[in-house]
Amino acid sequence: MTSHVLLIEDEPNIAEAIRFLLSREGCRVSTLHDGIGAAEAVRTERPDLVILDLMLPGCSGLDVVEAIRAHPETGDTPVMMLTAKGQGRDREAAEKAGVTLFMTKPFSNAEMLASVRALVGK
Amino acid sequence: MARAALTGTRLRERRMALGLRQADVAAAVGVSAPYLNLIEHNRRRVSPRLLEALAGRLGVDVEMLAEGAEGAQIEELRTAATALPGSGAELDRAEEFAGRFPGWAALARGLARRVASLERAVEALNDRLTHDPHLSDSLHEVLSAVASVRSTASILAETEDIEPEWRARFLKNLHGDSERLALGAEALVAFLDGSDRAEAQVGIAPQEEVEAWLAGRGWHLAELEPGGPGAAALEAEIAGLASAAARGLARDWIAVMARDAARVPLAALEPGADPVRLATMLGVEVTVVLRRLALSPGAEAGLAICDASGALVLRKPAEGFGFPRFGSACPLWPLYAALGRPGSPVTADLVAAGRGGRRFRAVAFCASRHPEGLGGVELREAVMLVAPLRGGTQPGGGAQVVGSSCRVCARGDCPARREPSILTDAAVG
Repeated sequence: MTSHVLLIEDEPNIAEAIRFLLSREGCRVSTLHDGIGAAEAVRTERPDLVILDLMLPGCSGLDVVEAIRAHPETGDTPVMMLTAKGQGRDREAAEKAGVTLFMTKPFSNAEMLASVRALVGK
Repeated sequence: MARAALTGTRLRERRMALGLRQADVAAAVGVSAPYLNLIEHNRRRVSPRLLEALAGRLGVDVEMLAEGAEGAQIEELRTAATALPGSGAELDRAEEFAGRFPGWAALARGLARRVASLERAVEALNDRLTHDPHLSDSLHEVLSAVASVRSTASILAETEDIEPEWRARFLKNLHGDSERLALGAEALVAFLDGSDRAEAQVGIAPQEEVEAWLAGRGWHLAELEPGGPGAAALEAEIAGLASAAARGLARDWIAVMARDAARVPLAALEPGADPVRLATMLGVEVTVVLRRLALSPGAEAGLAICDASGALVLRKPAEGFGFPRFGSACPLWPLYAALGRPGSPVTADLVAAGRGGRRFRAVAFCASRHPEGLGGVELREAVMLVAPLRGGTQPGGGAQVVGSSCRVCARGDCPARREPSILTDAAVG
């Protein structure tokens, strides 16, 4: 079965690169460029994995994760958080919010793909 | 014994400085030379009456012999010891230590001063690295561009069967990201280059520029006092500020300070005056009096002003009381209690958290106004005056221990802490 990944990333070139990689991996990728309405999109699209940036326009990535976790239908969706802020306290905040996996930018494509495979159970 | 030990050493030093023989001084005060010798070598306690006689013969005050310049040094040793509660230093033997091992005591004092200086440097640097929006933006831009370049380049290098249209798109993205990277790196270098130049304006927020200018003027603008040349006389200085935003802010503050000067004459500002009573007497807002007290010539008091969001819009530091450069301040400041209770003065004695924390008396007041009239927005401005209190550096007496911001606060048991402090466990105590 094709895995569905919802990618929420405001940097268009990063989003394009990830979309390309995941598409070639066989994933169906839908994208959002800000955090507004992201939690609602997770509820309606029911992706197998959410990849999102920490710093998003309109709404923090942490707020999006908390909203995903708070809803009974989406609470167990795996969430991978990307961020250019790799400090310990950002990682702690991400874990507290319920992030499944925290990945610091810049990341390698191989690392990204391995993590996605692990999280969607491929 | 400890006090006597120091006194004996001082007696001997003073006698030798005057070129007097021990036997002559002993005879002059009615004791034997061997007995004076024992006193001078800290082996006998000197009685108050004999000390008075020796002081008279040696031409110094009794207090100088009894306390000496070491009084402040011993206080410094005690402060250093109490800053590390688990150190096991024998506080009751500080005088003896200083008297018997003056070199080691000087070293301990020097190390304590060095630690305090380094902590201040760490605080400033951490504040800059953690909260400086210019640095944060530059770093984020660089890291985002690097992430994009890395992923895109990797795709181009590793995907042998990539379609021509995708290849063209990624090459275009790569070009765009390389330009972003160059600009981001340039901004970062400019910021870091400017960080060690006091006069550099690179990466300095407009508010900091204005505060630096006011600090350079001693936080008082005599031109604005009644009878002075007025704001026009400051225009040349304002024009010298680096950014247009800073020039605008400076003009706003000049207008506020000019209005304050017209309402509260300097002559009315007596040290230690009750600002609430003074405001009532002069028929002005308490905030006006607080500003005037802090911004009068030579005032030692610090001043913090915040808007309804709690953001600090003016920070005049007081010696020993730190203000955060960016980000949120200590939630225990009376400033914030006042912000929630417009029209009600809030006062509290404070102790600055950390080594040798000094005591201050804070008075805060919040004024609200409604520039859009009934039904319009309410604007609040809270002002806090922080005046140093004389006598003693230790917490106690109901004083609240406060910091500048959580990240660099040494208070270990704070119920209001938002995030861990970078200060060591030992320092936090």
